[in-house]
Amino acid sequence: MRHIISILIENEAGALSRVSGLFSARGYNIESLTVAPTNDSSLSRMTLVTSGTEEIVEQITKQLNKLLDVVKLQDMTEGVHLEREMMLVKVRVANHQEREDVKRFSDIFRGRIIDVSDETYTIEVTGSSSKLDAFIQNLNKIQVMELVRSGVIGITRGEKILSL
Amino acid sequence: MEMTGADMFARCLADEGVEYLFGYPGGAVLHIYDALYQQKKVQHILVRHEQAATHAADGYARATGKPGVVLVTSGPGATNAVTGIATAYLDSIPLVVFTGQVPTSLIGNDAFQEVDSVGITRPCVKHNFLVKDISELASTIKKAFYVATTGRPGPVVVDIPKDVTAQRAEYLYPREMSIRSYNPVVNGHIGQIKRAVELMMQAKRPMIYTGGGVVLDNASEELTEVTRLLDFPITQTLMGLGAFPATDKQFVGMLGMHGTYEANMGMHNCDVLIAIGARFDDRVTGNVEKFCPNARIIHIDIDPASISKNVKVDIPIVGGVKAVLKDMLKILNQGKHKTDTESVAEWWKQITEWQAMDCLKYDTTSEVIKPQMVVQKLYEVTGGDAYVTSDVGQHQMWAAQYYKFDQPRRWINSGGLGTMGFGMPAAMGVQLAYPDATVACITGEGSIQMNIQELSTLKQYGLPIKVITLNNGMLGMVRQWQEFFYQKRYAMSYMESLPDFVKLAESYGHAGIRIDKPGDVEGALREAMKVRDRVVFMDFITDSEENVYPMIPAGAGQNEMILV
Repeated sequence: MRHIISILIENEAGALSRVSGLFSARGYNIESLTVAPTNDSSLSRMTLVTSGTEEIVEQITKQLNKLLDVVKLQDMTEGVHLEREMMLVKVRVANHQEREDVKRFSDIFRGRIIDVSDETYTIEVTGSSSKLDAFIQNLNKIQVMELVRSGVIGITRGEKILSL
Repeated sequence: MEMTGADMFARCLADEGVEYLFGYPGGAVLHIYDALYQQKKVQHILVRHEQAATHAADGYARATGKPGVVLVTSGPGATNAVTGIATAYLDSIPLVVFTGQVPTSLIGNDAFQEVDSVGITRPCVKHNFLVKDISELASTIKKAFYVATTGRPGPVVVDIPKDVTAQRAEYLYPREMSIRSYNPVVNGHIGQIKRAVELMMQAKRPMIYTGGGVVLDNASEELTEVTRLLDFPITQTLMGLGAFPATDKQFVGMLGMHGTYEANMGMHNCDVLIAIGARFDDRVTGNVEKFCPNARIIHIDIDPASISKNVKVDIPIVGGVKAVLKDMLKILNQGKHKTDTESVAEWWKQITEWQAMDCLKYDTTSEVIKPQMVVQKLYEVTGGDAYVTSDVGQHQMWAAQYYKFDQPRRWINSGGLGTMGFGMPAAMGVQLAYPDATVACITGEGSIQMNIQELSTLKQYGLPIKVITLNNGMLGMVRQWQEFFYQKRYAMSYMESLPDFVKLAESYGHAGIRIDKPGDVEGALREAMKVRDRVVFMDFITDSEENVYPMIPAGAGQNEMILV
């Protein structure tokens, strides 16, 4: 099963490689990983998407907790949560029909066209990973020239928070 | 007081109470060596290879319970130390290893003797640090000792660039240390401990299975008290030997791949398993699918990640073994709980029947020396009171099977990583810690050659260890597997061109003896134990065909042993 694990990690050199090294050394799977500073300058927040059996995911969280740089973590999948991923897609739009189609898809998926040139559109789409997957599928015959995804970030709903 | 980073390093070690620093100098650590030269509190032991420095510090740590401390230079100094660091990591031994590093301005430039020591050691340390500024030096050293010795212990590497050791700053050594992301658990959950006790009371065929965690947490006394109170059979892993007295009638021997018949059958047939400070290693469980099929399992361990890692347990207790056993004793001593003595008596009857198989018997009438006999005689001659280190292979298993350890921290071997070349440097560390003790290194002609250069260090510091080489001219454990599983195709397991070990020992200024008759074994050992001023290197020419029994082949269950 797919799990989203959010980690508060010391904002120090080498912290990221400790996490990624743990995954490769123990043969765990990483689907995506994002990391950036938080409002507390001593901490970074990392969001990691992994998959495995319950036993493996339990080991992953235990092993992550053992890392000295890991201050706190939460398996988002255990409770109600929001997940978002951003995608930028550059597509070739050679004629009027294609430009129309892309504009329509983009509106349906609440995306935005953020750059245009003679024959290209660049679209920004935000949502859950499955929504982004669906957007790509719906592009159908439109030629995707370039695609970049940010990886997933997540946050719990309601009063529950991940903080020190 | 203001001082240089190098002087600060020496002061930190002195303030930390470090007696011995095992190391080897080189360019990146020259400032530090200069500072060490000008002080008297920390004694530096000059090894002949950095791997030996880590093993010697490791042996010291295992025997004393105090952290072992190492200093090596950058580049090859650091990489040579890696095997020893990994050895300590796999057995959870507290080490603090200082590696020199090229100056901060050169880091990342492929400078002379530069390697990414923090990167290379990351997967085999509990934690590591790169000190980039002298303002962080003292606090990082304090952190390193704190992390290495608390919780589940382990090695910590501190990488120190050369320019940091030349910078000057005010010296301030923190007395206490706390790290917000590191809070090792000590006490177990009392509700879980009560549940465990209740389950133990229902047990009809109980088995206590303990590991190195009991030794590391100095919990032998508590373990012994609990075990005797319950009158349950107890088995110990290779790492756990000595935590409960081997000569006690409740001890059924080591378990696992080369464990006793009674221990493994006891495990397979038990209905309640009490695992304490052990981690269900593959050499213990055999095939996990077939492991303890009828048992409900209690597991006490300080490391939550060890619980339900290989085998799913029913009652997990996260906590220090000592603290948990103390709480357990309190509950048991209230006298409200009664074990099922009738069923347990029946169980003991069954175990006694298994013991009657006498699975450790060997040919005592042989004309060639049987390796088991050498270990047994060593046990008799030393009255079971020696510190015994070992290397890795058949001799290690025979040492574990035939030397009965009644005390913890007496049996010192590389269990997890299985590092050949560990035994002699480890013995050096033990002998330094206990100059008057008898320290024997049981080894083979293969393993001993992996760190043989340390005979020179032993001479320099006058450490009279006893080297017991079980020389069968074969890499015995490899040969045994080839005999069993590769139709006797003995690929590279024959040790050709062996040196004359007697002459070799003598050339270093030690005593060497070759023993090739069973009748001479005991006398030679007695004579050797009297020598106190140098190493006695004993080259026992043993039966090259001998195998270690019993044996659980890979993939088999614990009840599927090869007995002879």
